[in-house]
Amino acid sequence: MGFRRFILKRLLAVVPILFGVSIITFALVYLTPGDPVDLMVGMNPHVSAADRARIRADLGLDAPVYVQYYRWMINGLQGDFGIVYASNREVSEIIVTRLPETVALGIFGWVFALLIAIPTGIYAAVNKDRAGDHVSRFIALFGISIPNFWLGLMLILVFALWLDWWSVLAPREPLYSTSMLWYLILPGVTIGTAASAILMRIMRSSMAEEMNKDYVTAARAKGLPERTVILKHVLRNSLISVTTVAAFLTAGILAGSVVVEVVFNWPGLGRELVNAVVGREVNLILAITLFTGIALVIANLLADIAYAVLDPRIRYD
Amino acid sequence: MSTQRGRIRITGFDPQAVEDRDPLSEWTDYEGTETEGRWVRAARNFRRNRVAMFGLVVVLLMAFVAAFSRPVEVWGVVVQPFSLAPYDPRTILYLQPDYAHVGRYDPPSLAHPMGTDGSGRDLFSRVLVGGRYSVSIGFIVVTITATVGIVYGSISGYYGGIVDEVMMRILDVIFAFPGLVLALVLVAMLGGGYWQLVAAFTIFGWASYGRLIRGEILKVKENEYVMAAKALGARDRSVIFRHIVPNAITPVIVQASLSVGTVVIGVAALGFLGIGFEPGTPEWGTMLDQTLETLVQGPGGRIPWWATIYPGLAIFLFVMAMNLVGDGINDALDAQEDVAMTQGGGG
Amino acid sequence: MALLEVNDLTVKFYTGEGVVTAVDGLDYRIERGEKFGIVGESGAGKSVTALSLLRLIENPGQIERGEIIFKGQNLLEMTDEEVRRVRGNEMAMIFQDAQSALNPVYTVGDQIAEAIRHHMDLPDSEVRERTIQLLDSVGIPEPETRYSDYPHQFSGGMQQRVIIAMALSCDPDLIIADEPTTALDVTIEAKILDLLENLAEEFDTAIQLITHDLGVIAEVCDRVMVMYAGKPVEKATVEELYYDPKHPYTVGLMSAIPRVGERSHRLQTIPGTMPDLVELPSGCSFHPRCPYAEEACTRTQPPLLDPETGEPLTGSGVERGAACLEYSGELVRGLDFQVTVDDVLGDEADAIGDVDVATTEGELDD
Repeated sequence: MGFRRFILKRLLAVVPILFGVSIITFALVYLTPGDPVDLMVGMNPHVSAADRARIRADLGLDAPVYVQYYRWMINGLQGDFGIVYASNREVSEIIVTRLPETVALGIFGWVFALLIAIPTGIYAAVNKDRAGDHVSRFIALFGISIPNFWLGLMLILVFALWLDWWSVLAPREPLYSTSMLWYLILPGVTIGTAASAILMRIMRSSMAEEMNKDYVTAARAKGLPERTVILKHVLRNSLISVTTVAAFLTAGILAGSVVVEVVFNWPGLGRELVNAVVGREVNLILAITLFTGIALVIANLLADIAYAVLDPRIRYD
Repeated sequence: MSTQRGRIRITGFDPQAVEDRDPLSEWTDYEGTETEGRWVRAARNFRRNRVAMFGLVVVLLMAFVAAFSRPVEVWGVVVQPFSLAPYDPRTILYLQPDYAHVGRYDPPSLAHPMGTDGSGRDLFSRVLVGGRYSVSIGFIVVTITATVGIVYGSISGYYGGIVDEVMMRILDVIFAFPGLVLALVLVAMLGGGYWQLVAAFTIFGWASYGRLIRGEILKVKENEYVMAAKALGARDRSVIFRHIVPNAITPVIVQASLSVGTVVIGVAALGFLGIGFEPGTPEWGTMLDQTLETLVQGPGGRIPWWATIYPGLAIFLFVMAMNLVGDGINDALDAQEDVAMTQGGGG
Repeated sequence: MALLEVNDLTVKFYTGEGVVTAVDGLDYRIERGEKFGIVGESGAGKSVTALSLLRLIENPGQIERGEIIFKGQNLLEMTDEEVRRVRGNEMAMIFQDAQSALNPVYTVGDQIAEAIRHHMDLPDSEVRERTIQLLDSVGIPEPETRYSDYPHQFSGGMQQRVIIAMALSCDPDLIIADEPTTALDVTIEAKILDLLENLAEEFDTAIQLITHDLGVIAEVCDRVMVMYAGKPVEKATVEELYYDPKHPYTVGLMSAIPRVGERSHRLQTIPGTMPDLVELPSGCSFHPRCPYAEEACTRTQPPLLDPETGEPLTGSGVERGAACLEYSGELVRGLDFQVTVDDVLGDEADAIGDVDVATTEGELDD
């Protein structure tokens, strides 16, 4: 099977998953014990039963569930996710403005994680069971155990308040400007720390496993310098196992964006989701949850493609 | 080439003699210590692991402190009378006649080792009590999700075919969402509170165990004893739970011990976002929620660092200790580090 | 001067369960163009010996002492850089499991060319050309196109041919073949052994062939060393070993040589297994499995002895020796095995190696 067919096959497999994602999103909001109308109006005593019924009808909640889902999905496919009641803004407009902020943050977190994890993972594997390996293991343990919201608060405390290297609140400048890159550092580091720690351990163990394989001895027996053996032969095989956890790490980074955006007041989808939950904006909750799912499905697809690029056995089977 | 080897014939070499005679020396080729069970050995390995034991002590200590921090009443009956925490975690001290001198955001002192928070409550007491929420939720969630996951994964892996296919596609869809986002939306629907949080992390949290145990079961399924049990006509349910699951469970135990920390952080995160518990609840994450704004503005120019550092430190300490325990369990159950002889063993 | 001279080679592994002496005081030599066999069951220390020659023993293993003199230079005294110039260039290795010895993510052409590029100062086009020639000479059809195929696209036999091409790529003086045919089935095994022999002839390369199968030794080798539990127990030329084996372990291995279609019976005739090297039996390591063992065997560990005179032998120059107390006269009952070589059909007369002996009867003293 060629590379192109492989990708085509993966793309086709994504369709039912996306369908499932939309169903779960919808079910989360419409099938859990809470009533969306309650969610919207809360315990407000001024809302009469008649008002509730009217809202219900307006939202189409009196129709059977599958009809509601069908309407929601058809509208969604046309880019219409309803409005935010408090501000009367289009949900789609909010998504369009907030999404790039979260994507930028996520990419920064990923880049940070890779930059830290791959070299240290290699170092730890090469020095397996020596002091450097133990130190890196403990640093990774720190990274995995530290709650990201607390890490963010501590970074603000130290770097923004005590050292004054950053102002506490990022200035509102266009996302694509060099000064925003500077302000991406603290949230980016916060969001990437856990992923980097996990990735480091995965790199280390997969490198160590690969280094026991015969092809490594064979490469050494050819007289290749150790650097070539590690960076050419072992690394590429270890990266294969990194791609298999990439989706899992992306999920962690996406979850992290919710918290980190609140800590750093970063105007992305995560903070918007928290606001939507607090403000009981059903349409917004639905849309952001849906987009989170879609984002992860796409990340998964990219990881699969990276897998196939790295491993010819997948491509040519 | 091999045909010609038949030409050589050996006579007088009688291997049977070795088995017939009494051993000449003490030496035997049986390993002496093999009778010991896997779990006994794992427990001994764990006890020898000083770092993991340290983690276990910290976890137990924090659980103990949380349990005995304030008295526990069940339906008006005091079942736990001890009170390690000096103050009630919810009491706003400056409103009390005896503590009128206590202010908001008092720095750490002898009377208040971790200072007071933005409402003038004793932080030390709050941090001690705080473990009750996230820690107990962590263990409850992991117990339920692991159990559900084992059942789900066992069924899927054992029956295979279309059942497996459908069940795994369902998992694929669940994995398309980060767990925290699902929990966040669920809490939005169910409302905050203790059992709501348990539900929020449980409803989808079993998925990873399901996938894990299914993989293990596919490995174990082909083993002889499983085949034998099936051939002897054992019922499906008994084959799964008596023969397959016990052999596939090791990675689930490791995963479970490592995910207690994840759930604790998740619960604290929802608390921090202000949607897990009522404001003022002495829960580690919720306590941090209140400090975010003051951290940015500061009450009168001072930075109340203690209100940020201590509750977070408590979460960090607990999760780290729990991860040490999980790592220790992993090492104790896993003999794969024994690669020493793989190189020398070939010839 | 011999091509390779190994003196007193001792390799230990420092494991959690104790110190394992995987190779214990090994002496042997290989002449230019010679085919030298090392035979023994798994765990005898054969692979460790092979890896030691290229100084590829890794933690927790360590070469404790000894000399590996290759073309007049002691490999154990070389710098890492100097050793790397020998590896793959003057001394190359063929692995047991070709599939795992090939990196799955690079094309076979790349993996062969890599060694050539590293050791020879050639422009890229010539490296490619040489690689394709090598693939052709090891019998891979359509080498031009197969150059850019990945290992998993080859069959087991073809993968082993690739490994052989890789070993030959820089025209080495010595090839260490570690169980080169164990992973292959019998018909392919014969082809690969023929190929190896012919190419060694053509390239004028010496071979150190490591195997557990005396049949393979007979096919290829000139001289043999039998190893047991890290030590040499018998050294002989192939003819001597077959017609007049001196050590009970060798005899056991011989009676275990499979006939066609009998592969599964391999080694069953020696009872028990190779001892765990952490805890060796006292005296002669083979005594728990030896049908001739006596009380003396549990006390004294025999060195390699001259079977005629009973004198202890040391050094790489030893041509014929067996490590059994029989030859120092310490056995009371003695060894009473007999090796008979049947005169079967005439067309099978040149059965073993190139020796042409119609009927020989080797019988050990009473």
